[in-house]
Parts: sequence; C-alpha cells; structure tokens
Amino acid sequence: MNWLTNFVRPKIRALVSRREVPDNLWMKCPSCEAMIFHRDLEESLHVCPHCGFHMRLDPMRRMKMLFDDGEFQTIELPKPAPDPLRFRDQKRYSDRLREAQAKTQAFDAIRVAHGRMNGMPVVVAAFDFAFMGGSMGVAVGEGILAAARLAVLQEAPLVVIPASGGARMQEGILALMQMPRTVIAVDLVKEAGLPYIVVLTDPTTGGVTASFAMLGDIHIAEQGAQIGFAGARVIEDTIRETLPEGFQRSEYLLEHGMVDMVVHRHELRLILIRVLGLLCRPAPAAAVVPLTPVTIGPPADPTEPQAAVEIPETSDHDTQQPAESANAPQPPGHQPAVESPAGQPPVA
Amino acid sequence: MQTFLEFEKPIAELEGKIEELRHLTGDANINIADEVGKLQAKVDRLLRLTYAKLTPAQKVQVARHPGRPHATDYIDALIEEFTPLAGDRLFGEDRAIIGGIGRLQGRAVVVIGQEKGNDTESRVLHNFGMAKPEGYRKAQRLMALADRFHLPVISLVDTTGAYPGIGAEERGQAEAIARSIEVCLKIKVPVVATVIGEGGSGGAIAIAAADRVMMLEHAIYSVISPEGCASILWRNAANAPDAAAALRLTAQDLKDLQIIDRIVTEPIGGAHRNPAETIAALGVAIEAALREFDGVEPGTLRSRRREKFLEMGHKGLS
Repeated sequence: MNWLTNFVRPKIRALVSRREVPDNLWMKCPSCEAMIFHRDLEESLHVCPHCGFHMRLDPMRRMKMLFDDGEFQTIELPKPAPDPLRFRDQKRYSDRLREAQAKTQAFDAIRVAHGRMNGMPVVVAAFDFAFMGGSMGVAVGEGILAAARLAVLQEAPLVVIPASGGARMQEGILALMQMPRTVIAVDLVKEAGLPYIVVLTDPTTGGVTASFAMLGDIHIAEQGAQIGFAGARVIEDTIRETLPEGFQRSEYLLEHGMVDMVVHRHELRLILIRVLGLLCRPAPAAAVVPLTPVTIGPPADPTEPQAAVEIPETSDHDTQQPAESANAPQPPGHQPAVESPAGQPPVA
Repeated sequence: MQTFLEFEKPIAELEGKIEELRHLTGDANINIADEVGKLQAKVDRLLRLTYAKLTPAQKVQVARHPGRPHATDYIDALIEEFTPLAGDRLFGEDRAIIGGIGRLQGRAVVVIGQEKGNDTESRVLHNFGMAKPEGYRKAQRLMALADRFHLPVISLVDTTGAYPGIGAEERGQAEAIARSIEVCLKIKVPVVATVIGEGGSGGAIAIAAADRVMMLEHAIYSVISPEGCASILWRNAANAPDAAAALRLTAQDLKDLQIIDRIVTEPIGGAHRNPAETIAALGVAIEAALREFDGVEPGTLRSRRREKFLEMGHKGLS
C-alpha cells in the first residue's frame, strides 16, 4: 500500500497532471486578495500587479528572468546517497523526498545554471522552496559547492538565491555540516577574486542565513522577504513579547545594516548587471557611454501593469551594454576561459 | 545536593539507603560497614550497566545535567596563567562565550568556551550559554588574535543554541555565526574543538569548524534540539525521545558518521559523578591532539581542515 500510495501514485500524477500550471486560471494574491489572471502573473514574474506583493518563484522561472534572452544551461549536480540517517518521523524521510522530487521534477532543493547576463558569464544557484521548504541537506550543500567550482572554472561571478527554511533536520548532523561546507564554497569563489552576490528572497532563515547567505560581497534582498536566523515563533516563545512590525523583513534588515539594498523583482536583473559590471569591468571595454541611472526600488506606480511588465529585455537602453552585444568583444578574462589558470582575477 | 535524573532512580534509592545506614550510629557497627560495602558494590554495578546502554533521550539528559563540568571548570583546572579577554570591540561583552589566553601544559593557547552557568545567578550572567552576535564576534576576534600570534585555539562547545531574540536578530545573529565559521576555517593555527555537553546547531558549529572535533562520551551534537524537532515533525514536543533517536545525535553515532574524530571517555556514571577525572581526561586528549599538529605547515593545516569538511557526507555513509 505504501509503495502504491507513495511511489506509484505521485509518478502517475506527475505524468498525468500538467505540472506548475494552475488548475485555476485565476489566482488570489495572498496579500491583497485581488484576483490575478495566470498570464498576468507570469508576465509580472509572480509579483502581484495590484499590491506589488512578491510571491515565491521557482528556480527555473528565476533563471529565465535573470539570464540574457532567458537562455541558460543547468548543470547536472552530484547525487549523494539519499536519506543517510534513514530518518523517520511520522513519515519516512525517503518518502518525503520522493514526493518532493515528483512535485518539483528536481533531485533536490537547488538548481545551478550558467549563462550570460548582459554578455557576462555568470553562474547562478537558486533554491526551490517548494522542495521541502528549500531546506539544506547534503545534496544542497553539494549544489552550492558545484556552483562555486563552476564559477571558479569559468572565472565567472557567483550569484546565489536562497529561499530556505534552514538546515534539513531529517539529515541531522550532516545537514549542520553543510554550513561549514558552503562557507568553504564561498571562500573558493572569493579567493579566485570573483564576486559573490547573494539575492535574499522569501524566506531565508536558519542555517542557510547563518552560513553562505550572509557572506556575500553584496547582499541584495527582494522586497518584503523574511530574512533572519531564528524563527519568529521561537523568538516569541523565548522572550514572551510580540515582535515589532516588519520584524525580519528585507526593509528591516536594510535598516539594521544587514543588506546593501532592497529591490523590486523587476529591477533585479538590471541591478545585478550593473553591480557585476562595476566589479568585473573596472575599465571601459569600449567607448564610454554616458550612464543613465537605474532606479532602485519599486516602480513608481505599482498598480500600473505597464510598468510592472517592463522587464529587462525591453529596457536595454538603460544599461551601457545591451544584451544584443553578447557577441561584441569582451575583455579576455570574461570568456569561459577554462584553459587559463584558476585563481586569476578576472580583470581586463 | 546531588541531582538525579529520572532513569537514575534505582541508583538514587540505593545511595539513599547507604546514606541512611551511615547515619545510623551506635549498635552493630561492623555489620553496617559490611552492608554499606555490599550496597556500594551494587550501586557501582548498576551505574555501569545503566550508563553502558543509555538511550539517546537519556544521553540528552546527561549532556544537560546541571552537575556536569562546564567550560569554566575546564579552564580553571587545565589552563595556567589564564587571562580572560572580553568584548567584541563593536557592541558589547557577551558572557555566554568566555575566552582568553593561557597555557595548557606550558603551551600558550587561546581558549574559547560556551558557559551555561551553575546557579541561577551565574546562569543569568552567562545567558544560559546562549550567545548573541557579540559572543560570536568576540570568538572571531580571539581566533584572529590566535592566528596573529601563532597560538592554537581550544574551543569548548556547550550550548543549547544561539540566542533567539530581537536584539540578536537586529545585530545580525546569522552574520555573526556565518563569519565565525569562516574564521574557524580560515585561520592558520590548529583548532581543537570539544563538545563537552550540548552541541546545539548553528550556535555550536560557529566555534567547532575545527581540525580536530572531539566529544565527551555522553555529550550530544545536533542540527536541532530533540524538542524542537519533535514539535515540528511530530507536532508534539512529547515526542522528543523519538526525535533524539532519529537525529543520531550521540557521540557514538557521530563517530560512526565520521563527523567527529574522537570520543573522550567519561567516568562511570557520567562526567557529573567525577568532574575532576573528566577534566583531566579531556586535558590529556586536547594536549594529544595539539601535539599532532606540531611542525605542520600553516598552509597545509588550513587546506587539510577544508578537505576534512569537504569530504563529510562522502565518507562514513553506508
């Protein structure tokens, strides 16, 4: 019975059901409760067109929105032996894993891809909150390490986008050990002289925040995301008082000096391009083009859908080097120069 | 006044009887001495049997036993010329993490330890061993100091976890822990960490990303407390014993998983029955660990430490 319900049924379901497509054509915004047509939701990158609420975004959509022309290559990640502790609570961990795999069509809670952003090679590692709350076990740790090694190999910056409840307790101490392991991954990238950028999304908590997610050269938080170490309920239980308004939200962290900026999802790609360009291309590669500032923060009028769908492809004029110039001459350090020695800083 | 744990009840009863007999003065002195000797032998046998097969849930209780020696006790007994150092130079002094410089058998060292306190007053002073960002930043500062003066670092882990509070979050608890792990892994001097009681999650690993990680025989080390795990996965904190078993948090489990390098044996009946012996045993173990690193190139030391953590999860899993 177990095998039927836990293994066969999810597989059949995965085959039969059109996954990730809402059964309902309309979705209710969890914040303002307005009804959103599914196509509008897709176009607005899962930001409510009415109130600007940022919903959680799966890693594939995220990659698509960040890379030039939505093109990228995901890499095969190491597949460590599942369920190392043979953990069982009311349910077997191996069953939970299988369900999550069937639901997300992924091996674990992380995806790693490489591609170009405004022509620059970039490695992105993005978490999938839908996979057991984006929790970090051995496979996720391996994913971060693989991403870091790829970045070093390609002499490309590393962008990590956590969305995670923290360490995966079903992997016990091995999950805890992913904290030092991912810290080592970060240091591999930094020692190679490459930028390491963290994009904090809703939610980033626990052992994930307390390891690689707080060690970025630059911390960018999506607006309204919950970011912190201890869970709000745990804190309330400990101190026995109610938490201040907006506690552990992106804006609160900005106020307390923990992140560099809070951005609207629609601005994320442009900000990343600008930051990476400044860090990786200190000297102009070609003729200097006058700088047009990119505005940080939400669009002036979030209720205006036109502004909301203004995604990077349509606003190339805002940056010095449009995506179309991907084939234009680049500084040599920015080609995926596998043959050049690792550790060489990517300067022009 | 000795504290007895729930499962130590039969032992407590026997020891109570011995006490009673000893207070019986007067008639038949010879017989009493005889009887006491017999009872004492019985107690010893019972202790040995009980402690030889503690369940994970019982280990959790032993690891948290109030009579267990704490970081201060180890430092007082083992470290000569101990000179406590205070403050993170940024915000404050957090007494949940004590630290300083001193000598272990003549060798100058930096010591960092989490202190839970022994009575109400000292527990409050040390915030029950739950450090705030200041504590982890002080640890970073001391590790950097060790690195600068080529002193090995001895770290004593004993915490339920990092403190969950508003101020701690505002001052970047997560960043402080992350950075502390980074410093542990980066310094070029030997780091020897021992879990002497409770190794509680991120609050523990912050000062335990070490070249040698040891655990006392009845200490525990876990990603989450059994109570926390039970209340999330079983939706009932009463399932903590089940969680304790599932989490594989005992020293023996962690040795099997090759997460720790060595188990330091405790006296029969646990460290709380004979603190002096426990402390001495750990002193010998730490000194032995440090001796292994004598003459190792600083760069080699660091890259081996990294390798050790990178290999975890590949080795030791069947």
